[in-house]
Amino acid sequence: MLRLYQTTVHSRLMLGSARYPSPQVLADAVKAARAEIVTVSLRRESAGERAGQAFWSLIRELGVRVLPNTAGCHSVKEAVTTAHMAREVFGTTWIKLEVIGEDDTLQPDVFGLVDAARTLCAEGFEVFPYTTEDLVVAERLLAAGCGLLMPWGAPIGSGRGLNNLFGLKALRAHFPEVPLIIDAGLGVPSHAAQALELGFDAVLLNTAIAQAGDPVRMAAAFAQAIEAGLAARQAGPIEPRDLAVPSTPVIGTAFRG
Amino acid sequence: MKILVNGAWRETASRELPQALEELGYGGAVVSTALNGEFIAAAQRADTVLADGDRLEVLAPMQGG
Repeated sequence: MLRLYQTTVHSRLMLGSARYPSPQVLADAVKAARAEIVTVSLRRESAGERAGQAFWSLIRELGVRVLPNTAGCHSVKEAVTTAHMAREVFGTTWIKLEVIGEDDTLQPDVFGLVDAARTLCAEGFEVFPYTTEDLVVAERLLAAGCGLLMPWGAPIGSGRGLNNLFGLKALRAHFPEVPLIIDAGLGVPSHAAQALELGFDAVLLNTAIAQAGDPVRMAAAFAQAIEAGLAARQAGPIEPRDLAVPSTPVIGTAFRG
Repeated sequence: MKILVNGAWRETASRELPQALEELGYGGAVVSTALNGEFIAAAQRADTVLADGDRLEVLAPMQGG
């Protein structure tokens, strides 16, 4: 069980809802992943198409908890205004806070992120900040009122896995009590298993599943990997060593002495 | 009156925001609104009067990661 602010969830796999081949594949993938939390966004609505209304009906039918994001926002003002709009439309105080600082890597603008988080936390939002593994930024976000952190694994959609293992391990060690969710950059289930093995509490995925050849099967594979990674973490992995240690007992070895 | 709706110029007869939304085709839709970059909550719309050249954003749920 994982506690995120006042909410307890069982699933360690959170899913984005974008880039699926069809709404039905999205719905099937959410079920295969056994996801309880799905991220959503806000975009300009065309009065003619009303695409947003159909999407919202689909998400509500899934019976999941939604986590609205502020994707695409490049300033504190845009992010805060989008958060207000999302709270009204989605009826939740949860907000996945993104303030993008650089377009090639979609790296968060951590200065704007801290500012926006401070404003939104003071207004009663429960902020899920999309951040880097930077320890000082993490401290500032927690001081601003965030009750959890969402460090990136790698740039959004890159599928590279955990890019900075040293930094991520340091973050985990530094904040043992803070829920840490790897958000973005994972490509294959072993990346997710690794995140859980390292002690991260959950992962948030989108592209790795949505753009897979068979998204529903990939969703199930990620769910299995996360289960395995969590079990491994709880079972206590051995420490890596530089030299070999024989696994077969050496006492009584034949032909010696 | 001409206002910029989601980045496109539109002509509306209504000056009140709720009526303008109806006129623009958003009647009954789940949307959130911002006027000139400021969030306008649903409860505030009735008190919001549009002016020529205003920038209106009408947002709705969409897929996101």
